[in-house]
Amino acid sequence: MSSPTLPPSESFKFSMLLSDTRYRGMSLQVITFIIFMAVFFWLVDNTIKNLALLDKDVSFNFLWLRAGYDINQRLIPYTSDSTHGMAALVGILNTLLVAFVGCIIATVLGLFVGILRLSKNWIVAKLMSAYIEGFRNVPVLLWIVMVFALLTEFTPAPRAFKGAEPEATMLFFESIAITNRGTYFPAPVLAEGAYWLLLCFGLSIVASIYFIRYANKQKIDTGKSLPTFWISVAVIILPTLILFFAMGQPVSLEYPYLKGFNFKDGIHLRNSFLALTLALAFYTSAFIAEIVRAGIMAVSKGQSEAAASLGLRPNKIMSLIILPQALRIIVPPLISNYLNLTKNSSLAIAVGYMDVRGTLGGITLNQTGRELESMLLLMGFYLAVSLLISSFINYFNRSFQIVVR
Amino acid sequence: MMTKIAFVRKKEIPPSAPPITEVGLIGWLRQNLFSSWLNSILTVLSVYFIVIMLWDFIPWAYGGHWNTKSLRECLDLDPDVACFSVLTARWKQLLFGLYPAEEYWRPTLTFIFLLLAIVPILFPKFFRFFWFSIIYPGLAVWLLWGGSFWSISIVYIGLTLGALFFLTLIRRYLKNYMIAAILAFLFTAVFFLFISSPLVGLLNVILPISLPFVESLKMGGFTLSLIVGVTGIVASFPIGILLALGRQSNLPVIKMICVGFIEFIRGVPLITLLFVASVLLNYFLPPGTNFDIVLRVVIMVTLFSAAYMAEVIRGGLAGLPLGQHEASASLGLTYWQSQRLIIMPQALKISIPGIVNTFIGLFKDTTLVSIISLRDPVGLASTIRADQKWNGIYWELYVAIGLMFFIFCWGMSQYSQYLERKLKTDK
Repeated sequence: MSSPTLPPSESFKFSMLLSDTRYRGMSLQVITFIIFMAVFFWLVDNTIKNLALLDKDVSFNFLWLRAGYDINQRLIPYTSDSTHGMAALVGILNTLLVAFVGCIIATVLGLFVGILRLSKNWIVAKLMSAYIEGFRNVPVLLWIVMVFALLTEFTPAPRAFKGAEPEATMLFFESIAITNRGTYFPAPVLAEGAYWLLLCFGLSIVASIYFIRYANKQKIDTGKSLPTFWISVAVIILPTLILFFAMGQPVSLEYPYLKGFNFKDGIHLRNSFLALTLALAFYTSAFIAEIVRAGIMAVSKGQSEAAASLGLRPNKIMSLIILPQALRIIVPPLISNYLNLTKNSSLAIAVGYMDVRGTLGGITLNQTGRELESMLLLMGFYLAVSLLISSFINYFNRSFQIVVR
Repeated sequence: MMTKIAFVRKKEIPPSAPPITEVGLIGWLRQNLFSSWLNSILTVLSVYFIVIMLWDFIPWAYGGHWNTKSLRECLDLDPDVACFSVLTARWKQLLFGLYPAEEYWRPTLTFIFLLLAIVPILFPKFFRFFWFSIIYPGLAVWLLWGGSFWSISIVYIGLTLGALFFLTLIRRYLKNYMIAAILAFLFTAVFFLFISSPLVGLLNVILPISLPFVESLKMGGFTLSLIVGVTGIVASFPIGILLALGRQSNLPVIKMICVGFIEFIRGVPLITLLFVASVLLNYFLPPGTNFDIVLRVVIMVTLFSAAYMAEVIRGGLAGLPLGQHEASASLGLTYWQSQRLIIMPQALKISIPGIVNTFIGLFKDTTLVSIISLRDPVGLASTIRADQKWNGIYWELYVAIGLMFFIFCWGMSQYSQYLERKLKTDK
């Protein structure tokens, strides 16, 4: 009788570290880690040696020193006497402004183009695909300089608006002036009582949200659908409009006017800002259009056929069946395109727009000679923005995933 | 009693022709352009838009001047048409940058060889010429930068010897791939450190073949775009695959390094990385090192697009059903065998559109090098405008540059659609 015995236990041999799958993963990781740390310390050591050679240290004190340069577009008070830190902040806000406005324009345009691209109208579909291919296949930097050239070289100088028979005229009832120094819009001026108007407007928006919720509940409970869109538009506009006239028009527009050789008053949008924003928006909108198209096409045809056989009308099929399903596919790549737009806004330097790369990573870097610190801060800013956005995408994916089983 | 039937048809009526409004040109127009009032409005608007665009563009482009000496001369002749003379005068610069004029044949030949080298990769029918694609990178470097032929080919000799050493070890003496790889690596390192330079010296004496050296700062125009773009594309693909595998790996240290790298690179704009390449890289290297600016840019662009490539391929890997991994494991395939034979072919097929999009993005991003004052076409446009003769010329240059990029990028996207159709195995 022999009793079953365990296989003879192998004694550990050094070569097993590389050949035995039990240990191989571990030893591979240890080797990688050692190499990684060695390279890292090598780089740090080199940096320390180089800094010592150049008599430099690593310090962020320059952020509290006087900047000494002007920034022509600023959202917060800033003069050349402000600190480098303030200059960086102005730049950050300028970057965010371009990103924000650009994303809005790009989304609207992209939705519009993407849906028209799917149109059954042959010529419209072809025109839209020409738009998409044209913008997607040419570098964004080229678009930025092209739009900038268009705005600066082919628009009239302010003095062309002068005289009894001017060469150029303002658009929209003498309210908007497009010049080679930028575009001037009328600015709203708030008189006494205007805040009541704003309050009223805010309340109407809240009211319309409640109304839409009520209408949805009504639809789910009873099956009756109210003309939600028109009623909510009326709820938002009418009370404010009535109050506006009842209080004697407390908000007026301040029109830009020509004084000397330039326009005064009104809102002045510089060409650098306009060119950067518009070019980024056009470029990104082509990508968004493709995302929208792909999202709509990804909803299987059976869905819309089933909805049609239930007796839904085409616009209801779109809003109730296709869009909710398409949005789940559209939103994550849409947001990563917003991120791309934000990162591409660092091309501002090509048109002289002072974004964070122009202030912190440009003039401040050159004036203080703090390349290492400025670049670290700059990269930190962009990284923070992108991590914020990608964590939002992850959150969206988690909460809107289709729950299977 | 007989019922009288007035008429019984004996023969089937031949089908009548469809109404004229439903077939032919009219039918097509009605169905595609004027199916509803909204569609009709859209059609009219689109036609109007196309007409006014062409109305301005065609006379401008068609009547353009090609042979004037300066912009002023163009404007004197006819201010309303294009002045393409700038292209006639400066096309060489747009294509080759500051490359010495008597050496133009070198970038041209490199470009022709490039077309030949991609054929075996793009079309499997010509795969037997793949050896040319392998020697092409070295040939291109030698042709573009010049110098001794042997200092480039020694790299190939060294790598071939290393590979042969590895194969002999595996076939004859060793079972373990990892030890063999480490030994082969050491062998190659010894070759390059100690043997290669005397060997190059010897070969130079025996058979001197060399081209005049051209420094990197002379490169420019589309030559530069293609150098950066093509090198980036070729190098970022394998790095991207490795990073994607690293990110999916179950070894935590490797996974962490890959995730950190990918997220860092994807989080910052390429411009900042290029600035690191041009300003900061000297801080990170041993004091006194200063290596070629084009090489630095190529490395940064490659790392940048490798991170994007990794995410695209990871998407493809995640799209594969888990059963594929399990089935290949249960067949007893090793990790690398299953990746090579089962996982990667499928994952790469799913991610073709994303991969090509990354390539296109990379090629377009090569224009950003103009911001660190290298002379790519966009940078050259402002250099040309700085010349008094062409001061104030915009559209002719931009249209030409835009068209060049469009042709390359659009061609790539068309190829990817062809590949998708060809590789489609289901339905």
